[in-house]
Amino acid sequence: MKTETFSYLPTFTREQVEKQIQYFLNNSWVVGIEYTSQPNPSLVFWDWWRLPLFNMKSVGEIMAEVDACKAANPDCYIRITSYDHVRQSQVMGFVVHRV
Amino acid sequence: MSDSNENGKALFDAGVKDYSAAGRYYYDIGFKPTETQVLAAFRITPQEGVSFEEAAAAVAAESSFSTWTTVWSDYLVDAARYSARTYEMKPVPGHKDQMMAYIAYPLDLFEEGSMPNLMSSIVGNVFGFKPLRALRLEDIYFPPALLTTFQGPPHGIQVERDKLDKYGRPLLGATMKPKLGLSARNYGRLVYEALRGGLDFTKDDENITSQPFMRWRDRFEFVMAAVKQAEAETGERKGHYLNVTAGDMEEMYRRAELAKELGSRIIMVDYLVAGFTAFASLSKWCRANGMLLHAHRAMHSVMDRQQNHGVHWRVLAKWCRIVGADHLHNGTVVGKLEGDRASTIGINEMMRATDVAKKETCAGHHFDQPWLSMPAMFPVASGGIHVWHIPELVSIFGDDAILQFGGGTVGHPWGSAAGATANRVALEAVIQARNEGRDLHTEGTDILKSAAKHSGELRAAMETWKDITFEYESVDALEKS
Repeated sequence: MKTETFSYLPTFTREQVEKQIQYFLNNSWVVGIEYTSQPNPSLVFWDWWRLPLFNMKSVGEIMAEVDACKAANPDCYIRITSYDHVRQSQVMGFVVHRV
Repeated sequence: MSDSNENGKALFDAGVKDYSAAGRYYYDIGFKPTETQVLAAFRITPQEGVSFEEAAAAVAAESSFSTWTTVWSDYLVDAARYSARTYEMKPVPGHKDQMMAYIAYPLDLFEEGSMPNLMSSIVGNVFGFKPLRALRLEDIYFPPALLTTFQGPPHGIQVERDKLDKYGRPLLGATMKPKLGLSARNYGRLVYEALRGGLDFTKDDENITSQPFMRWRDRFEFVMAAVKQAEAETGERKGHYLNVTAGDMEEMYRRAELAKELGSRIIMVDYLVAGFTAFASLSKWCRANGMLLHAHRAMHSVMDRQQNHGVHWRVLAKWCRIVGADHLHNGTVVGKLEGDRASTIGINEMMRATDVAKKETCAGHHFDQPWLSMPAMFPVASGGIHVWHIPELVSIFGDDAILQFGGGTVGHPWGSAAGATANRVALEAVIQARNEGRDLHTEGTDILKSAAKHSGELRAAMETWKDITFEYESVDALEKS
């Protein structure tokens, strides 16, 4: 599976994931978490883990949600997304957990 | 018929009058253009003995409704309403023989939604006018009243990203090489290798249409087999710009329809050689059929390369956005093709601006251009670029661009899949580093070197192209004022 940004780099360490999330927060983007057991090019909407994390402004809070998603869905791919309300759409997506 | 006009009082002032004469409107410095007028900035080089005033007035006259001599039927028209007016003149730094003339055109002179009609006036016969040694259209302003009569890009940057599920980085492409001579099956192989290696897009060359060695239908079929196979293998959406440019419009539609039927997400047109009428029709077809449209600018240098004559590239690019493509080739700044750095960056900004493209942020522009809600275009950087350029390309272009490495993919010593992987690894490493706050100017080489530690493909690419640069003076640099 080579889908989404950063999929040609070695899997990010926890610290590298945290740095990316900090960049999204610095841009005032809303971070979201999605998962699916069967990613494929025609699958548009992965399952949402809760809602986008509108009120979460710290990397720690968001990483705790990623961990909770992983614990609840150990056999799923998990990606982190970002939304920019000015551009009115998703602006980032990268896979943080592969099966 | 009795012809008694030869006797008695003259009924109108026949003969040649200065365009700038008092009582005419063509030279009207201080005139305030109204909010519905089209504005144009012309670089004017008069012939010896012709004043700047007269030359500018002549441009205004000949590009609006006048001719060389007074005609009786002039008296049946409201000249004040239909004359274009030169409202400002500015010197051109470093060129005493030139002036910049700013001319305002009444909205009534132009048909709604027709770029050919506007071009026939503004860049029509006037460019061959004898009192001028040379003439160049440097910029043009479309008032909202005219802009909104055009469709614009079929989809635009954000919708394209949503359709492709690609966010937070520039897109990667490659033109298939050699340009001409491959069979359809071999060509499909080339596409497959590049896409499975990690590219988002591959591209037909601008002069690939339907030659004897590879007919269009065969190419489309093998290419789409390659796209689908690469998607299945990687799990990622891909595309190939199928060039539908053809000898007539009916044939273009036929090719576009098959591209859609085969499941392609995107087609391509050489918008200048096809012409603005064909381009507009295809753009509307793309909007109606949910297909992305890639525009190649073949022939632009014929019109835009000379500094004193022709049409500046920024105008041809603006016309492209107004009529409507989703991608348009712009310079690379760092590669093998012509394009002054500041000017290229200014045009990128104009192509991507969402509300107003302000002249302060779009170097070289003479007017602020409001875009209202017209979708934005991806600038495509293509030609002579390779992995070593990626940190600089990301810092110049940002995320909303398509970086195309043709030779820089297919020329990889291990083949094009490895070339594609090398480019993708380098790009993603640079984006990761930028997001982490690292400086791409000072740390670019380190970023690439450390990414190459886990990618043999990138290591080999860096070794192959380590000494290749393209550094010449641009023929058409912006004047330093």
